[in-house]
Amino acid sequence: MIQVNNLHKKFGKNLVLDNLDLNIDGGGIFAILGPNGSGKTTLIKSVLGMVVMDKGQIAVMGNSVKTNWKYRKEINYLPQIANFPGNLRVRELIKMIQDLRQKPNQAETLINLFKLEPFMDKRLATLSGGTKQKVNIVLAFMFDSPLLILDEPTTGLDPSALISLKELIQKEKAQGKTILVTSHILRFVEEVADEIVYLLEGKIYFKGTMDQLKTRTNQTDIEHAIAAIATEQEHA
Amino acid sequence: MLKILKYSFYDLMRSRWSYVYFIFYLLLGFVLLFLNNDVSKAVITLMNIIIVLVPLIATIFGVMYYYNSKEFTELLLAQPVKRTSIFLGQYLGVSGSLAMSLVLGLGIPFMLYGLLRSNAIWDFSLLLVTGAFLTFIFTALAFNIALSNENKIKGFGYAVLLWLFLAVVYDGLFLISLIVFEEYPLDNFSLIATMLNPIDLSRTLILLKLDISALLGYTGAIFKKFFGTQMGFLVSMAILVVWTLLPIFRIVHKAKRKDF
Repeated sequence: MIQVNNLHKKFGKNLVLDNLDLNIDGGGIFAILGPNGSGKTTLIKSVLGMVVMDKGQIAVMGNSVKTNWKYRKEINYLPQIANFPGNLRVRELIKMIQDLRQKPNQAETLINLFKLEPFMDKRLATLSGGTKQKVNIVLAFMFDSPLLILDEPTTGLDPSALISLKELIQKEKAQGKTILVTSHILRFVEEVADEIVYLLEGKIYFKGTMDQLKTRTNQTDIEHAIAAIATEQEHA
Repeated sequence: MLKILKYSFYDLMRSRWSYVYFIFYLLLGFVLLFLNNDVSKAVITLMNIIIVLVPLIATIFGVMYYYNSKEFTELLLAQPVKRTSIFLGQYLGVSGSLAMSLVLGLGIPFMLYGLLRSNAIWDFSLLLVTGAFLTFIFTALAFNIALSNENKIKGFGYAVLLWLFLAVVYDGLFLISLIVFEEYPLDNFSLIATMLNPIDLSRTLILLKLDISALLGYTGAIFKKFFGTQMGFLVSMAILVVWTLLPIFRIVHKAKRKDF
């Protein structure tokens, strides 16, 4: 599904991704974890072509990211911070994205699911953080695409919305889709993720299933396992 | 690209500032016509205003729009849309709506006044065409500045400085150099110096067309001597086109390499 070879990215003098290789085969939920500033968002944005890589290749479903923008038709992306044009109304924003992508969509169902009807005619600038995130989720899930990239999807959600989100993710997975998630909330990761990719200082430090991570670190719960793997690096 | 253009254009059409700009020109047109009572004289007065004001408004609007639509841009970048279409669409949306405010705002009062029956119609159309060119040129320059500066305040500062330089300082330097080097032949120098500044170029172009020798000045006289009115007109038009295209090419070039 996604092949990343030899990916390098510097912001000024700051080397964010250093010779990163990653292979993600189709199907399942992959959690990208790592401390703040480890390059998770940069990696995701490189896959989306929003960040221009310095060196290396990325291919999504066999299409090189550098040369062809059409591969983005197959990706649904949920950005980390829901930044929307403030003077647009929710309804207009959803319409606009539908108009841009020209794909069948299930916006209505999602709007009902997250109870967004009362906000449809409000301007995005007036919405609360959690409501914005719900709009963000509607935009990301309304199209049927084989690859979903979710950057911190749980930010600001109330418990019932969080449950709906988890159900949504599971439903997408059941359809054989590939889902990349970043999150700092480990309970959420533990619940949904099939595989973990641990990023540290711009490199893939660990890639494998939850159980592999636990056996490798001799820990029984994921929080300690993640903490252990971070300190393992410091001792080495 | 057309879709992006459409949304940027609608977005701007809904904002208050487009109307303020439009109404300003509308009022200006009416006031000038009724004070002067003469279309040709109104055209000259308008020229002096347009040549300074249009670049200023285009620069400020361009920078402001770019920074304000940052979120919109980021949203679009994750969609299956070509990068260059996003930026060109936004650029054309801003410059298009500004140019439209200018052309309609001035066009309506002049039409009502009976422009079509007067023989100043070509002078007036040329004025609008150069005004539109200046809008496209300075919006493109503003986008260039904004693309190269993450920091809003810096970008804004550079944009205003650019306008100040081309609209005011440049002429001063030009005049000083003419005086300092008056013993040398300055024909080629002043020709080139005029072409390097779109504001000066527009002024010369309009004056050539109006054929007012008193207002033509040194450079205008040289332009006329060198090219004759017809040729000078074509050459300066061609250079205005170059002035528009170069910054647009740089927008495309920059946009392709920028991280978001």
